[in-house]
Amino acid sequence: MTDIAVVDYGMGNLRSVAKALAHVAPERSIVISAEPSVILAAARVVLPGQSAMPDCIGCLNASGLRDVVLEAARTRPFLGICLGLQMLFETSEEGPTQCLAVLPGRVVRFRDADMKLPSQERLKVPHMGWSPVRQTKAHPLWAGIADGTRFYFAHSYHPQPDDPGAIAGTTDYPLPFTCAVARANIFATQFHPEKSQRAGLQLLANFVVWDGSD
Amino acid sequence: MLAKRIIPCLDVAAGRVVKGVNFVNLRDAGDPVEVARRYDAEGADEIAFLDIRASIETRGLLYAMIEAVADEVFIPLTVGGGVNAVADIRALLNAGADKVSINTGGVKNPRLFEEAAGHYGSQCIVAAIDAKQTAPEYWEVFTHGGRTPTGIGAIDWAREVVARGAGEILLTSMDRDGARTGFDLALTRAVVDAVDVPVIASGGVGTLAHLVAGVQEGGADAVLAASIFHYGEFTIAAAKQAMAAAGIEVRQ
Repeated sequence: MTDIAVVDYGMGNLRSVAKALAHVAPERSIVISAEPSVILAAARVVLPGQSAMPDCIGCLNASGLRDVVLEAARTRPFLGICLGLQMLFETSEEGPTQCLAVLPGRVVRFRDADMKLPSQERLKVPHMGWSPVRQTKAHPLWAGIADGTRFYFAHSYHPQPDDPGAIAGTTDYPLPFTCAVARANIFATQFHPEKSQRAGLQLLANFVVWDGSD
Repeated sequence: MLAKRIIPCLDVAAGRVVKGVNFVNLRDAGDPVEVARRYDAEGADEIAFLDIRASIETRGLLYAMIEAVADEVFIPLTVGGGVNAVADIRALLNAGADKVSINTGGVKNPRLFEEAAGHYGSQCIVAAIDAKQTAPEYWEVFTHGGRTPTGIGAIDWAREVVARGAGEILLTSMDRDGARTGFDLALTRAVVDAVDVPVIASGGVGTLAHLVAGVQEGGADAVLAASIFHYGEFTIAAAKQAMAAAGIEVRQ
């Protein structure tokens, strides 16, 4: 049986995610797959994403995997990364497209008006680089990672969950925004754990042994 | 706060690192995986690979190299050189690049930035600009590895590529490249002030103080260097210490 399936819907940097998982769990079977039966036979599912939202959702729908992803997000430990987090919400300002609506809320762009610091320095969009992540609730996926550890971000949009209880982590840019969400068997990050060196690998190591409860 | 990034840059040709790299612990100085692993271990925030002799014949070797590096190094990889079409970008991203830099191909066909950002998002599209000062307060864009003048002003071009969708600018001063006299801070500041995306300063680093000046005086979001790291003169960790000591936020 496959331990971990990385969903291949024709978008995103799948290889890096799969290789990082293999690095932390060499004994597990990890597949990159577009086959519904293979994905739904896996004990855990990872939904990556690294592109523009309309293309991402378009590819997911065209691949016929939308229902498979929804089923996986209901039934087993599920990790969303970057666009894989954003797609879980209802709508995105990046394009007029219906997202997966697994979590109530929307995805918004950083506001130009918010980007100016009191020092008059202007923050850039995309938010690109390593920012400290505040762990706003305890979760098995944070195990062994110090609160405030830096993770790698590369994005112009971020989620705004309707349910504050779903927020697992925040980052300041310059205002606090949600960068990790958790609900039941779902954990998802705006940052890239597969590109966040030791801290990111630790989070992935935590995911491969997570039973899906918080 | 977001950390300022330090990015070592590796020139590659036919899938191998080609600049003289003489770290004591490397068995094969030209092996990209070993060099990347070393920089990763030292705390590099990102690694840039530039295919300096990009050709159709050796493109497969570049992809294989990126795959080999991405299999073992879990920090962002930016790859450039010979990117002329969306298909080139797709192949690099599939191989494991996180960001792709567009230079000559974007000057020849500026719509490439729109197409690329439309497909993959601005966050993975870097505009590489090679600029040379040709008049007071004026820098001209050059292409083809700095051989071909374009008649385009670098500041205007920076604004245009960002308007077309580039999410970051890798700005190299041709006057300073290899000179080890520090970044062209006036150029860096002018581009930083002209656009609202991150700017990587490149070209001219000879001391750690140059990295500090790139951030504090140039206003750069990231600093890129090659020779000071390749020849074992300074480690990435030493560069971070110098930046932190100057009050710059870095990832430790």
